[in-house]
Amino acid sequence: MVAHADTLPKQRHPFIEFILRWLLTTNHKEIGTLYLCLSFTLFFVAGAMAMVVRAELFQPGIQFAEPELYNQMVTLHGLVMVFGAVMPAFVGLANWLIPMMIGAPDMALPRLNNFSFWILPFAFVLLLSSLFMEGGAPNFGWTFYAPLSTTYGPPSTDYFIFGVHLMGISSVLGSINIIVTILNLRAPGMTLMKMPLFVWTWLITAFLLIMAMPVLAGAVTMMLTDRHFGTSFFNAAGGGDPVFFQHVFWFFGHPEVYIMILPGFGIASQIIPTFARKKLFGYHSMVFATAAIAFLSFIVWGHHMFTTGMPLAGELFFMYATMLIAVPTGVKVFNWVATMWRGSMTFETPMLFALGFVMMFTIGGFSGLMLAIVPADIQYQDTFFVVAHFHYVLYPGAIFSTMAAAYYWLPKWTGHMYDERLGKIHFWTAAIAVNLTFFPMHFSGLAGMPRRVVDYSIAFADFNMVSSIGAGLLGLTQLLFLYIVIKTIRGGEKASDQVWEGAEGLEWTIPSPAPLHTFQTPPSLETSGYAATTAKH
Amino acid sequence: MTRSTKPSHDSRRKHTAVLVVLAVGMFGFAFALVPLYNVFCELTGLNGKTSSQAVNTERLPQASDREVTIQFLAQVAKGMPWEFRPTETELRVRLGEINTTRFYVRNRVSDAVIGQAVPSVAPGLAAQYLHKIECFCFTQQQLDGGGEMEMPVQFYVGTDLPEEVRTLTLSYTMFRVEPVLPDADHAHL
Repeated sequence: MVAHADTLPKQRHPFIEFILRWLLTTNHKEIGTLYLCLSFTLFFVAGAMAMVVRAELFQPGIQFAEPELYNQMVTLHGLVMVFGAVMPAFVGLANWLIPMMIGAPDMALPRLNNFSFWILPFAFVLLLSSLFMEGGAPNFGWTFYAPLSTTYGPPSTDYFIFGVHLMGISSVLGSINIIVTILNLRAPGMTLMKMPLFVWTWLITAFLLIMAMPVLAGAVTMMLTDRHFGTSFFNAAGGGDPVFFQHVFWFFGHPEVYIMILPGFGIASQIIPTFARKKLFGYHSMVFATAAIAFLSFIVWGHHMFTTGMPLAGELFFMYATMLIAVPTGVKVFNWVATMWRGSMTFETPMLFALGFVMMFTIGGFSGLMLAIVPADIQYQDTFFVVAHFHYVLYPGAIFSTMAAAYYWLPKWTGHMYDERLGKIHFWTAAIAVNLTFFPMHFSGLAGMPRRVVDYSIAFADFNMVSSIGAGLLGLTQLLFLYIVIKTIRGGEKASDQVWEGAEGLEWTIPSPAPLHTFQTPPSLETSGYAATTAKH
Repeated sequence: MTRSTKPSHDSRRKHTAVLVVLAVGMFGFAFALVPLYNVFCELTGLNGKTSSQAVNTERLPQASDREVTIQFLAQVAKGMPWEFRPTETELRVRLGEINTTRFYVRNRVSDAVIGQAVPSVAPGLAAQYLHKIECFCFTQQQLDGGGEMEMPVQFYVGTDLPEEVRTLTLSYTMFRVEPVLPDADHAHL
C-alpha cells in the first residue's frame, strides 16, 4: 500500500481498516488464524446442539425438546461438527504450519487461499439459517439418506444442499492449494521423504478430499434435481433406487472419516517424539501406512450398508477389506509406542493430549473392528454402539489431536506460554468427561438402544444419565480451553524460539511469535540442523 | 522442486490444472456411478429388481417337480388415489411352469389417472430367477375416473432357483405418473 501520499483519499475508519485487512488477507498465518477461529466458534455452536440432545436424553420421556427439534439438533450437530469444526480446524493448522515446516514463504496460491476460507462463513450461514425457517432445519441425520432428504425433506433442505456445495468447493480449493504448496515450495534439499509427518499426512488427506468431496457434491446435486427437476436418481417410481444414495454417500463418507483423522495422526507423530526426546520410530512405515489407509478408505464403504441386503460375497469383501485397515493403523500405534520406549518422557499438556489420543483412538479403532464383523454388525447397526464408536474416534481422535496441536504450537503462534496448570486441568477433566460421556453408550447400544430417537426405554435410563452428566462436564471443560487460549493470546511467559526442549523442525528455528512473513529466502537445511536430525531416517 | 525459479511457476500451474481436472473428474464419477450401479445390479440380480423386459417364451425350461410358494403384495405410493390389490395372495407353483395371476385396480377419483407399477422381489437375490412373460408393470396403465380393471402377470420361476429359497414375494408399488413440471415441488406431493 502506498501510505501517506498526498493524493490518497481520506483515511479509512479503523474498524473498516480492520475488516478489510482480514477480508482481503492472503497471508497463510492470518488465514490459518481465520480458519481456527471459525472452527472454534462452530465447535461451540455444534457443542451447544449436543447439549440439547444430551439434556433431552437425560431421562426417558420427552422433557423439553420435541421430536422435531431433537431431530434437527442431531442433524445439525453432526453436520456442523464434521464440516464446520473438525475439517476447518485441520485446514487452519495446515495453513499455519505447512509453509513453516517446509520452509516456504506462503501457500502457493495465496489468493485462492483467501477465497477458500471466505466461502465457509457463507456456507454455514446458509446451513444454520435453516433453523429459523418455516418447516425447520434439516432433520434427516447428518447422512441425509434418501428418501428422507428428498421426498420427505423440509423446504430448508435446499439451503443445506447449497451449503454443502460451498463447503465442498472450499475444501477442494484448499486441498489443491496444499498439494501445490507441498510439491513446489519445499526448501532446497527437503526431499519428500524428509518432510515432517504432519506435512505428509496432509498431502495424503488433500488427495482424499479432492477425490471424495466432488462425489458428495454429485450426491447433493442429484438430491437437488430429484427434489425440483423431475429426475429420479433416488426415486424408485422413476426407476431410481434409494439404496443407490447410500452407495454414493458412503463412497464419499468413508474417505471423509480418514480425512478427519489422518492430520491427527500427523500431529501425534510430531508431538510424541518431542516429548519422548527421541526420533520418531519407523518414519517410512508411517508414510506408507498413511498411504495404505488412504487407499483402503475408498474400497470399504459397503461396511456401512451390511443390512441393506448385500450378497454374501459383497459382505465378505467389505468385511475383510475393513479389517485390513487395522494393519496399517496398528503399525502407526506400534510406532508411537516404540517412539516412547526408553525415551526421556515428560508430560506437558500437548503430550498428555497426544497420549490420550493414542489410547482412546485405539478404543474407537477396536469397536470399529467389532462393527466390521458382518453378523455382529447386523446387531449393532443403528444402535448407540455405533454412536460410541465414532465419537471415540472423533472426540479423542480428531478433537484431542487438534487440542494437542493448539497447545503445542500456541507458544509459536502467540509468543506466550499457555498456563501449564490450567492446561493439565483441562486435559484431565476432558479425558474423564469423554469417557464418562461415550463409554456407557457402548453398553446402551449393545443392550439395543437405537440411535437418533428422542425417547427410549427406561431400561437404558442409568447409562443415559451418566452420558448426559459426562457431556455437561465435557462442554464445560471446553469453556476452560477457550479461557486458556484467550489468556495465552493476551499475555504470559515469553516463549523461546525452540519452545520445547526436544522440538525439531524448521518452524522452531524462527522467532516466537512467528513474524507475519517467514522464510522469504529459503532456509538451508544444513545450518538449521534439519538435515542432521533427519539423516538417520 | 526448488522455488523462485521460472520453471517452478509453470510447475505450480501444471499441478493446479491436474488437480482441478481430478476434482471435476470425481464430480463426473458420481454421475457415472448411476449407469455403473444399474449395470451391476442387473448383472448380479441384486436389489430385488426384476427385468423390465418380457422373457422370450421360445426357450422355456422343462418344468421340474420342485414347488415353491409365491406371495403377492400390492401397495400404492403416496399421492396415488387407486385401490390396488392382488386377487390371490399366494400361489403354489412348480419351477419352470407358466402361471398367471391378476391384480385388481380401481380409480377412486373422478379424473383419469396414469399409473406405473414398480416390482420388487424378496429375497433380493431370487429376483433374477423370476421370469415375467407378461406384466402390467412393463407399461403405464391408465384408468378413467372411477374405472377398474384386473391386470394379469404371466410368469415362471427358473428351475435353477437356489435350494434354500422356498418362498418368493413379488411386491408391486403403484406410482402416479404425471407430466412433471420443472418447478414441481416433490416435497409436497
